[in-house]
Amino acid sequence: MVNAVDRILLSGNEAVALGAFEAGVKVAAAYPGTPSTEILESLGAYPGVYCEWSSNEKVALDVAIGAAYAGRRALAVMKHVGLNVAADSLFYAAYTGLGGAGLVIVVADDPGMHSSQNEQDTRHYARFAQVPLVEPADSAEARGFLGPAFAISEQFDVPVLVRMSTRVSHSRGVVEVAGAAVAPGKRRPALADPVPVPDPHPRSARDALAALAADPGKYVMVPANARGRHPVVRRRLADAARWAEDCALNQVELGGRALGVVTSGIAYQYAREVLTGASFLKLGLVWPLPVGLLRRFAAGVERLLVVEELDPFLEENLRLLGLNVEGKRWFPALGELSPAAVRRGAAQSGLLQGEAGEPAPALPLPARPPVLCPGCGHRPLFYALQRLGAVVFGDIGCYTLGAMPPLSAMHTCGCMGAGLANLHGALKALAITDRDGQPDGVRGMPVAVIGDSTFYHAGLPALANLVYNQGGGLVIIADNSTTAMTGHQDHPGTGRTLAGGATPRLDLAEAARGLGVARVATVDPFALDEFLSVAREFLASREPAVIVARHPCALQSRSRRPPVTVVAETCNGCGICLRLGCPPLSPDDGGVLVDRDLCTGCGLCATVCPRGALVTAPNQGGGSANA
Amino acid sequence: MRDLSFMLAGVGGQGIILAGDVLAEVGLQAGWDVKKSEVHGMAQRGGGVTSQVRWGRRVYSPLAEPGRIDILIGFEVLEALRNVHYLQSGGQAVVNRYHLPPPSVTGGEAAYPADADVEREFAARGATLRWMCPPPGTERLAVGVQLLGLVSAIEPLRGTFPAEAWLNALDRLVPPAHRELNRRAFQRGRAAAANGPPGRGEG
Repeated sequence: MVNAVDRILLSGNEAVALGAFEAGVKVAAAYPGTPSTEILESLGAYPGVYCEWSSNEKVALDVAIGAAYAGRRALAVMKHVGLNVAADSLFYAAYTGLGGAGLVIVVADDPGMHSSQNEQDTRHYARFAQVPLVEPADSAEARGFLGPAFAISEQFDVPVLVRMSTRVSHSRGVVEVAGAAVAPGKRRPALADPVPVPDPHPRSARDALAALAADPGKYVMVPANARGRHPVVRRRLADAARWAEDCALNQVELGGRALGVVTSGIAYQYAREVLTGASFLKLGLVWPLPVGLLRRFAAGVERLLVVEELDPFLEENLRLLGLNVEGKRWFPALGELSPAAVRRGAAQSGLLQGEAGEPAPALPLPARPPVLCPGCGHRPLFYALQRLGAVVFGDIGCYTLGAMPPLSAMHTCGCMGAGLANLHGALKALAITDRDGQPDGVRGMPVAVIGDSTFYHAGLPALANLVYNQGGGLVIIADNSTTAMTGHQDHPGTGRTLAGGATPRLDLAEAARGLGVARVATVDPFALDEFLSVAREFLASREPAVIVARHPCALQSRSRRPPVTVVAETCNGCGICLRLGCPPLSPDDGGVLVDRDLCTGCGLCATVCPRGALVTAPNQGGGSANA
Repeated sequence: MRDLSFMLAGVGGQGIILAGDVLAEVGLQAGWDVKKSEVHGMAQRGGGVTSQVRWGRRVYSPLAEPGRIDILIGFEVLEALRNVHYLQSGGQAVVNRYHLPPPSVTGGEAAYPADADVEREFAARGATLRWMCPPPGTERLAVGVQLLGLVSAIEPLRGTFPAEAWLNALDRLVPPAHRELNRRAFQRGRAAAANGPPGRGEG
């Protein structure tokens, strides 16, 4: 039966999943991270593909490499900073190659830092590790480039990077498929009736592994063997560069001769919209560069411009070719690019004339930063830490919002897992220089806060280190039993796999005890007094200690209670409840107002109110706030 | 019909993604090229969120430039005002008259703009502002779809798409259990639009 072609709207991430499925991927692994998360959630909905949430990005990449070693097309997915974690594995895989089956690593950059601690340009990793990189510019290409990425990986026996960006990952665009599903989503495939794709590699996994075992010079990267592989890495990239000259992923769109624009990815879309009439060389294969094609394109235009997001990667490489090129002189190297930024740069460079200035926003307006949700268990935790006067080494997750006023109770946030070892180092520094000045109480003492998923990601080695090196810190694991910030993915502590099946639940308290921590307690932070008392006791002990601060994520929990009510005659407007930074609470004419639609009835404000002016309804379980 | 760009602005958790999906689907079913940008991750935790939907013969960028949005759909008053500069002169805005003060306002450090100031700001930019009365109770779960009901009555949309085009898109995207609620919300918005002239009317 021949299906008609349907036009459907897919996000870039859903399109990557479709393209990977169609390319015959058999094993895929990822750690959730915005803006990459939906790729594996979506791929997991297709038949015949094994998908997992790995405990971190390095593990995910090693899993994918192992699967490729075993002769199956494999995919690893991560956000840009995830590739820092996985970089060690990228570099060895670049040396060993895969032996026949393709390995594709999808990395999603986050220019503008919509949900990240920095902005990085992943293209540098391609040059650094000497591997090819392809960059789709919209959903149709995200789907269409996956097959070629696997083909390049197999032709040159090399891992291939696919660079996404927030605006490609999280934009929807038209994709044409035969037999589309109605309303595909992140857990629903794009195809109405997907059947497993035949394995593109006939060789069995057993045979692939036998071939691998027979070739230690290629796969055992001891110095003697690695010295033999480095020339292969160089030669391979030179071969790929020659091949890139005719690669169909690179496209020339001839317009006028006055201006030629070299661009790739989402920057192409912005430039194409603004610079009408120019000629374009749109690079789909961004590394290695097609040198001959670039030279011919440059020779055919009077003025050569590079429009690219973040670093001047193409611009500098074009300059190394001796081409007279303009780029970051006109366009920003910081933050997310946009059509407006392209227009501004083009106007400054004299390419666009007679453009009116763009309209300015209405100023000034109060900002609306993200906040902890009503009912969130992180709120009592950070309120308690504020009360303790602790210096808090933080980490990456929803709980990073504990740094925001009025709680202001997280004081560092660097990268996944950093806080635990930061705490250990700070305590060692305190011990060595402040022997006489050790605080006698707990005020001013440093502690570490890390989320449950983050603890499995990068906290385990740091906690082992803290115990081994006779550290004495208090580590608080903010346990909401999910990977909340990225949209509630499972992890080793949830008891469920990506596919939804039951699996043994790794217990945080047991893990801490297993690593040698003697003082371990699990406390619901809404039991504020109990939490404070345990924290004080643990801090005073100066021994390694772990508190698992456990409360289910408010967005997942179904135990919503009737909203808190205010006893107007008792409230004196002291404002203590407002210091919780809870969205439903606002000052109101010398008192306080509760937004009944937003309030989840968690009762934290009632707990901290010294006058009993805030009252929770008796817990009847599961009442509606909209009664 | 000419190319159209829409912007949706509100607070994380208000249903902006679904409303944008419906808008994108209506354009797709009409045969347009469509692109839609959305926001995920940290910004969704109560922060300001925007989404853009663009219909055209060929749409390159999923983002429009300031001053080039035809229709602004505001889920919350402050967030609508924050993005007023995206509207083109002569553009139209439909705004849910719902005020959610951000932390700096509840903390007393900043003031929430008065409705009259919001109206002045839109008027000064040559944009038409139409308020929508916030839906009560559980109906607020479908506030975005009610807004779409009002939007569907703006020209050139009213003359181009019958209500069925919107309801079909809704049915494709909303799980069966929530279809009735959303269909009602759409019809309420569309009916409100019929009750008064665009401008200062309150739907």
